[in-house]
Amino acid sequence: MRKVYIDVMSTFTMDGELLPLFFLWEDGTRYDIDKVLDFQKAASLRVGGQGIRFRCRVMNKEVYIFLEEDKWFMEGK
Amino acid sequence: MERVILHSDLNNFYASVECLHQPELQGKPVAVGGSVERRHGIILARNTIAKNFGIKTGEAIWQARQRCPGLIVTPPDYGKYIRFSKLAREIYRDYTDKIEAFGIDENWLDVTDSTRLFGDGEHIAHEIRRRMRAETGITVSVGVSWNKIFAKLGSDLKKPDDVSVISPDNYKQRVWPLPAKELLYVGPSTRRKLAKIGLYTIGDIAAVSPAVLTGLLGKWGEYLWSFANGLDTTPVSILGTESMIKGIGNSMTTPRDLENNEDAKMLFYILSESVAERLRSHCLKGRTVQIHVRDRDLVTIDRQAPLNTPTFVSSEIAEKAFEIFLKNWTWNKPIRSIGVRVTDLVIPDGCTQLSLFDDDNRKLKKELLEKCIDDIRSRYGHYSTQRALMLKDKKLNANPMEENVIFPVSYFR
Repeated sequence: MRKVYIDVMSTFTMDGELLPLFFLWEDGTRYDIDKVLDFQKAASLRVGGQGIRFRCRVMNKEVYIFLEEDKWFMEGK
Repeated sequence: MERVILHSDLNNFYASVECLHQPELQGKPVAVGGSVERRHGIILARNTIAKNFGIKTGEAIWQARQRCPGLIVTPPDYGKYIRFSKLAREIYRDYTDKIEAFGIDENWLDVTDSTRLFGDGEHIAHEIRRRMRAETGITVSVGVSWNKIFAKLGSDLKKPDDVSVISPDNYKQRVWPLPAKELLYVGPSTRRKLAKIGLYTIGDIAAVSPAVLTGLLGKWGEYLWSFANGLDTTPVSILGTESMIKGIGNSMTTPRDLENNEDAKMLFYILSESVAERLRSHCLKGRTVQIHVRDRDLVTIDRQAPLNTPTFVSSEIAEKAFEIFLKNWTWNKPIRSIGVRVTDLVIPDGCTQLSLFDDDNRKLKKELLEKCIDDIRSRYGHYSTQRALMLKDKKLNANPMEENVIFPVSYFR
């Protein structure tokens, strides 16, 4: 497993919550985030990191996107 | 009502944070150690696997390597540790505002008033333990008791990722058989004194009359007796009301031994700059300068002298420190480490006693100059402006503010 840093486009909702909208994978492919299912502080023991973990639905699959301080990363294969 | 105190101890803190960030280290013996080149080469923390090889915190890296040739030593990254320390405190804050830090990785929490909301002490302890592992990825061991001393003992009983409860019903079985050195403030020398009169366990200390201990150890005897009997009533201080700062100091073990006055002078300026910068950032001035000098054989002297007026100007602190040094040091041996500390702190309120003999305008100019240097350094980095003196030996130069983080702790505030 490796730590893959990604570009994320996000917005703030009216309530002040941070909401990621889509991200660019390292090969440049754009993936839309269909829904953010939940978010909480969590560590990624698999790739080594800690931050706010967004559990998202992308192309009918559940994925984790982490916001570690000011950078976004995902757990790559 | 009996208090409910937790003591929460982040397991192998520095090593755990490093292992979390480098998953490839999992299953290997890992230690965090200072730089050997700069002669800070001791083990600061190690993971459980390294611990099983018998590696101790504080021993030299080369000694540790002899015991465990495959040991992986990573340099410390204090920025990361402070971040995780804050994350831990954010979790504690969900349960109480009475949080008192003891170093970077330990905290006491008084959750007496929260037990109605969240359940008893043990329940809260387990919740903190679970959340810590999930939210930060590092583990914690928690001691639960009715006083701070037993809570701290409890957090050492079962590691890692576990909870130990020491209650009035079980403390005689759980605490009293432990060796005396497990008690807070029983160091090697106190332990020897106690052993001389046949006191080896905490139970032994508790059983003897306090007068005997006072005769042996002075007022500390009484403290230890009350600690051993669970009678300690020291409160857990409330978050953000930690005691006023009493002094600000920095010390450094230098990359090479200091041989002459020139070397020492440079070090005094480096340390004084850092101390002065920290004074300014806390908006304080100090009236007394203390120095601390340790030679190659670890023989140490501490000396102090007052300043004419309180100051946060680095050159005034350094000049005074160097003056004390010249009066007290005879250069029998080269120096290994040096420290500068400023105490008798006051808050500069704008009203100052003007001096008949000194040029006060000049002093004001110096203060403005130093603040200006702070601004430059905060924008362009510490090394963007330097005294010419620092260029004499680049190896000795350092920025103790950032590179040398020290966490002073004391139980009696």
